[in-house]
Amino acid sequence: MKEVKCDCGHVNPFGTKICEKCGMLLGNDKENKLIDMRYEGSARRSQTYQKTFIDKIWNFFSSVKVGVTLIVLALVASAIGTILPQEMYIPSTATPAEHYELEYGWVGKLYYELGFHNLYSSWWYLIIIGMLGISLLIASIDRFFPLYRSLKNQGVTRQDGFMKRQRIYGVTKLEDQDINLEEVKSRLKRQRYHIREENGHLLAEKGRFSRWGPYVNHIGLIIFLIGALLRSVPGMYIDKVLWLREGERKEIPGTNGEYYLQNNEFTLDVYDKGNEEDEQYSAAIDKTGTIVKTYQSDVTLYQRKGETIPGEKVDLEKLKDFKIKVNEPLKQDHYALYQVDYKLDELSTMAFNLMNKKTEEKFGSLKVDLNDPQKKYDLGKGYSVDLISYFPDFEFDEKGEPRTISKIPNNPAFIFKMHTPDKPEGEVSFVAIKKNVEPLGENTYKMAFNGVETQDVTALTVRKDLTLWILFSGGIIFMVGVVQGSYWNHRRIWIKRKDDEILIAGHTNKNWHGIKRDIKQALESTSLCEPTDQLEEEKSSTKGEALNG
Amino acid sequence: MAEVSSNFLYAAFLLYLVATFLFGGAIKDKRGAEEKKQNKWAKLGIFTTILGFAAQIGYFITRWIAAGHAPVSNLFEFTTFFGMMLVGAFILIYFLYKTPALGLFALPIALLIIAYASMFPTEIAPLIPALQSDWLHIHVTTAAAGQSILAISFIAAIIYLVKFVDQTQSSKRTFWLEFIMFTLVSAIAFVIITSTFSAMDYKANFDWVDKHGAEVKQEFNLPALVGPNEGKLIEPDRFEPMASMPPLINAKKLNTVIWSIGMGLVLYGLIRLIARKRVAALIKPIVKNVNLNLLDEISYRSVLIGFPIFTLGALIFAMIWAQVAWTRFWGWDPKEVWALVTWLFYAAFLHLRMSKGWQGEKSAWLAVIGFAIMIFNLIFVNLVIAGLHSYA
Repeated sequence: MKEVKCDCGHVNPFGTKICEKCGMLLGNDKENKLIDMRYEGSARRSQTYQKTFIDKIWNFFSSVKVGVTLIVLALVASAIGTILPQEMYIPSTATPAEHYELEYGWVGKLYYELGFHNLYSSWWYLIIIGMLGISLLIASIDRFFPLYRSLKNQGVTRQDGFMKRQRIYGVTKLEDQDINLEEVKSRLKRQRYHIREENGHLLAEKGRFSRWGPYVNHIGLIIFLIGALLRSVPGMYIDKVLWLREGERKEIPGTNGEYYLQNNEFTLDVYDKGNEEDEQYSAAIDKTGTIVKTYQSDVTLYQRKGETIPGEKVDLEKLKDFKIKVNEPLKQDHYALYQVDYKLDELSTMAFNLMNKKTEEKFGSLKVDLNDPQKKYDLGKGYSVDLISYFPDFEFDEKGEPRTISKIPNNPAFIFKMHTPDKPEGEVSFVAIKKNVEPLGENTYKMAFNGVETQDVTALTVRKDLTLWILFSGGIIFMVGVVQGSYWNHRRIWIKRKDDEILIAGHTNKNWHGIKRDIKQALESTSLCEPTDQLEEEKSSTKGEALNG
Repeated sequence: MAEVSSNFLYAAFLLYLVATFLFGGAIKDKRGAEEKKQNKWAKLGIFTTILGFAAQIGYFITRWIAAGHAPVSNLFEFTTFFGMMLVGAFILIYFLYKTPALGLFALPIALLIIAYASMFPTEIAPLIPALQSDWLHIHVTTAAAGQSILAISFIAAIIYLVKFVDQTQSSKRTFWLEFIMFTLVSAIAFVIITSTFSAMDYKANFDWVDKHGAEVKQEFNLPALVGPNEGKLIEPDRFEPMASMPPLINAKKLNTVIWSIGMGLVLYGLIRLIARKRVAALIKPIVKNVNLNLLDEISYRSVLIGFPIFTLGALIFAMIWAQVAWTRFWGWDPKEVWALVTWLFYAAFLHLRMSKGWQGEKSAWLAVIGFAIMIFNLIFVNLVIAGLHSYA
């Protein structure tokens, strides 16, 4: 494609609408009273090439209309996802298909059937976000490079037609007297304008860098989206839960056996009216009832020493003691351990006496560790008890056979075989909470319940997220860009000295109030006429003519 | 200390009220209508506003001392703080543009927000473990600051629309503008009925059956126009509900909504009956001297100033805290999603304005929708959609 040579001699890229250097109109909109200054009338690929398939794709994604449509789609879709709770927020025991209908009636059923219960990971939601990302990238490239080129090549002397078609424009007729522009110049300088001069003409410019704001913030957003995408790369992200009983030590899942954690104690504190430091909360406590003050796990972190040989005991080295609380995770390398859940008073041991049913005479006692029961308990003097079967979380199945639902000792049951000097072959007894069954006939002895011990259990989330720094840099870059673009304005004032008149024109990408104030201050008490806002004069402000960019 | 604190809040409330009338005087005086030329009414108005703002800061600090944590931890505290930041944002914008008309609308809205806030439990409540973090005040204050500056764009937009919309014939424009006015009147109605029945200490208890078939109790603080599923009044002398709701619907909340809209209609109807014109037409003469272009600029500028602050507070700080407290920076909690929705909306606003040239009236309607989204997030998401942020 051939380039466009302007009358001023400057060579512009094909498709340029306003000469980069002198501002001469090269496009067709010569009839309009004001120039469309968006992107300086530069040659954007999307406006110039519209033939091939690739052009069409490029033009689609670079369009602001498409971009805004995508934003609105994402907005509406996100909002729909909050009408009912997402699947991750319904009770984990519930079956989604039933839960939604049960809780929310036919609305819930429809919501579930449309897949809205998992909206944010649905293919169509991800496609909207993905397209938004592509749009951010293409729209930025399409605009940034031509705009940058255009602003870099801009000349000081502008064509009269360009000046006249600026929104802010004014003419001062020189009647014999000459006006010294030095005062105006120094005032503009004081307002931090950067001044360029050419043959007595002036270009005062400030805040050009704010024009890059949008592109900087778009880069930030793209980096953020890439970070979010990287989450699915193996090794970047770990999300596990570790349940630890008091006194228990376990490998931290997701660390490949590198770290071990021991739970020394779990504490749950509540606000107490009687306590002096919580006194001010008494009214609230009376109204709401119990309010939790702290969830805390006192833990010890261990690291494995050397390589582990399968079957051998691991050698551990203590690293540190730590109190994990909500808002105060334990951090080690890239791992963080968070307090997320707990269970108070889980059964830990259960004690029994071996007893003669008739005489109630006791022949020794035993204590079963519910998380690590022994096979055999020797009570001495020829008395011993075998633990034949253990059901930590017992129930009867359909056939009436005992079974366990889980490994957690919520409802422990035991089958004991009691050996005594007079019954050396043993008697079998099935013992559960408030239950004592003798499946193989009448026994002489029984296992009499002799108390329980409980302990608290803490639940910690193990998290590793190597994408965080990417997301964070994306966020910071976005903030820099958005501040750059919002809190500064790109203002330009052109002053052109002709034989019998002085032309003044002004343009800003936003905040017209501000540039008018600047011009007013610069021209104060000079004989120059203050330029007027041509849009305001026309009273066409409500038609919303496109003048920004 | 807690008592000192609430006295400060009363003082602030009264001062804002006085300042509203002063700005009313300022705008009547023709000299005050032009930008940059403040008349003495306007000067007095802004002075009183600043005094009120100082009093409210006094409330904030003393309550912080009394509670031992920043008072932004429940619906009363947060909403009051939002009202305070709205006044702060107004003061900021006022010094940029010196427009008393803005005060005449911003202060009543702030008053309404503060009055609305005090309809919620005002006891000083302790912090649950998830809220015990410095990020509480960092995140909440920044987010509220951003929202309040964005709200100024709504206030400028309302003034714009009141002046701009042609009241000589009815149109879609007059309808929606009246709808906004009606919503504001309903909010006033809510405050009036809630505080009236609360002053009377009205309580009606119901035994009712919830959706799981369990028998539960519920206390109504307004006469129950609609009652809960299979609800039985315990106190015989209370108002008997006219209809009973299915168990899926929260009858107490619906009852409050019915009362607010009903009383809103009565109030609105009375105004229309007495004035014999639309509410917007009634207040139109007040704003006859304002400059539409300037208002449009203020509205846009507020979005430009507020958007970065909102992003920082409601998204970035929010994500950092969520990572610390909830193990993940983003979890699609309804409040998080609505912060994202707000952010997306204003992003769309800025793109439409910058590239499509949506200025003036279109931009004003957008600013109204933006504010509606924020209020929805404040009221509906907190009270109806339960989530991790749920205060009530």
